[in-house]
Amino acid sequence: MIKTNNYISPDIKGKYGKYGGKYVPETLINALEELEALYKKVKDEESFIAELNDLQKNYNGRQTPLTYAERLTKHYGKAKIYLKREDLCHTGAHKLNNTLGQILLARRLGKKRIIAETGAGQHGVATATVCAKFGLKCEIYMGETDIERQKMNVFRMKMLGAEVRPVSSGSKTLKDATNEAIRDWVANVKDTYYIIGSVVGPHPYPMIVRDFQSVIGNETYTQMLEHEGRLPDYILACVGGGSNAMGMFYRFLEEDVKLIGVEAAGLGLQSDKHCASLTLGSDGIFQGMRTYVLQNEDGQINEVYSVSAGLDYPGVGPEHSFLKDSEKVSYVSVTDDEALKATVDLSRFEGILPALESAHAVAYLEHLMPKTNRSQIVVVNISGRGDKDLNTIIKYTEEKL
Amino acid sequence: MRLCDHISEINKKDEKALSVFLTAGFPEAKNFSDLAISILDSGADLLELGIPFSDPLADGPVIQNSSLIALENKVNIKKVFEYTSAIKQKADKPIVLMGYANPIVHYGVENFFSDALNAGANGVIIPDVPIDEYDSFYGCGSKGLDTIMLTTPYSTEERIQKADELSSGFIYCVSVYGTTGERVNFSEETIEVLSKTKSIIKKNKMLIGFGISSAESIKSIAPVCDGVIVGSAVIKRLFEYREDKNLSKVTSYISSLKEACIKS
Repeated sequence: MIKTNNYISPDIKGKYGKYGGKYVPETLINALEELEALYKKVKDEESFIAELNDLQKNYNGRQTPLTYAERLTKHYGKAKIYLKREDLCHTGAHKLNNTLGQILLARRLGKKRIIAETGAGQHGVATATVCAKFGLKCEIYMGETDIERQKMNVFRMKMLGAEVRPVSSGSKTLKDATNEAIRDWVANVKDTYYIIGSVVGPHPYPMIVRDFQSVIGNETYTQMLEHEGRLPDYILACVGGGSNAMGMFYRFLEEDVKLIGVEAAGLGLQSDKHCASLTLGSDGIFQGMRTYVLQNEDGQINEVYSVSAGLDYPGVGPEHSFLKDSEKVSYVSVTDDEALKATVDLSRFEGILPALESAHAVAYLEHLMPKTNRSQIVVVNISGRGDKDLNTIIKYTEEKL
Repeated sequence: MRLCDHISEINKKDEKALSVFLTAGFPEAKNFSDLAISILDSGADLLELGIPFSDPLADGPVIQNSSLIALENKVNIKKVFEYTSAIKQKADKPIVLMGYANPIVHYGVENFFSDALNAGANGVIIPDVPIDEYDSFYGCGSKGLDTIMLTTPYSTEERIQKADELSSGFIYCVSVYGTTGERVNFSEETIEVLSKTKSIIKKNKMLIGFGISSAESIKSIAPVCDGVIVGSAVIKRLFEYREDKNLSKVTSYISSLKEACIKS
């Protein structure tokens, strides 16, 4: 669908270097091959592109603005800061970019039932939304811990007609919801389409989700040239599974732009309460892909933590693992405290309440800005808005007071 | 004796092979080897020893829960090898290790194969390494350990042939769509698919797993296989044993399964 430049990945086996692949039970192989064949066929088809573009524009509200953050820029007195406003997408985050694309694939495959996993609930809402729009049955797997901290989104999914299936295994968060969704898919693969919410899982999912999200970077590229007549020096995006970052970075991989992915350091990298898979994880095989994983000395997957439910995942998209090893992207991390401070800062300086996930990218400005100068430009991807996080923010602020 | 020869010996007696799955270190880490030996003595022909994993994608709730308890019991790959040697010393029957890819990768794939062989294991099943990833995973060679690939009702003829080519020992034929767990009956459609799979497999023995829990279910599929694998149904009974400490219920259950393998 989107051709950028010389950077081509994955290879024919779905590998990004040594990462990625299809590490799944045999039962799923047919469905993955069927999906891959369909995607290869339709991605360049005019009718498919036209249908998706129409939905992106007239339903999702694209293109999203690239906003100059004037007061935040003055505050630092260094590089100019622009914000890519995925928070203005329908349903409040970049997630709909992907679910719109995948629901069209599901329809072409003739599947009647849609399942998905969700962490923060944003992907669940985005999936429930497209299912409502196209009249398809929708079931969302969500960890019990996440259900507790994202009540609003749970209610929204139910409003949209989706069934929310609580997951009580393991850490009761995104990783466990994903396991359950995969098990459901293994059992019901005949009539069910699994809409994965991030650039994770077995091939071809990481590629498909990246392609659907790359609208973020493609728009940013054009808008940057319109605003400034040149490309930015730095681009920041938060990384959990990594779909907003992958969608933003993809267009810029061969350009002279420093790309920085910001992971969640939770209560600190020294504590075991974080989910910085690229920063502190190691090579592993998890949920269908080879990638960086947070694991113990026996190769068991760790229970991870972040104040932000959308980043709370022990793995990461395989392409990020490849981009880390090949040093095309730098990966850093910020703590819960830094992210919460950034949430308040962006609200007060710009009147924009970012999602806690996106606030991680904003928070890294504190580290980056002192190294920049006035002639430079920084773009921050605001992957979603923070309305869904108000409960968490209130609780956190009260605890701190 | 290699796995396929062992199964052939059983088939020659006009019997189907009974493979029993146990999660290593469940219900208890202590005395687990004795438990496994009792199971083998009561009629199991092969032991499939599950290496516990935190995220067992191909397993239903019963095996998942046993896996978590085994992890709480601090069972890791090293411990599984200790069990393997201990069992082998007392029971001369094949042991196949079943484990998910990640703990094995973390242990080191090559070391895993050598150490497994040294411990006395005969084969290995890795449910999340399909034939597409065979080269990337088994590239270093399995050191004489049998590698067992899986087929499902969805596998195309081409994939079944490929699985047959890459496997040694036997093919693990998944009977139904879904994760591991007990099911009531096998439909005629299922039997037909299994029979077709059997006709495609040339080189290997074919054992059917997933959903088998009773003498009746064994009898219904016996004509289309060389043996059966029973997992969740045994683990479920071990959960009961964990409470009532009555092992004879478990061993007589195993005996009844073996009886069905003989008479069918």
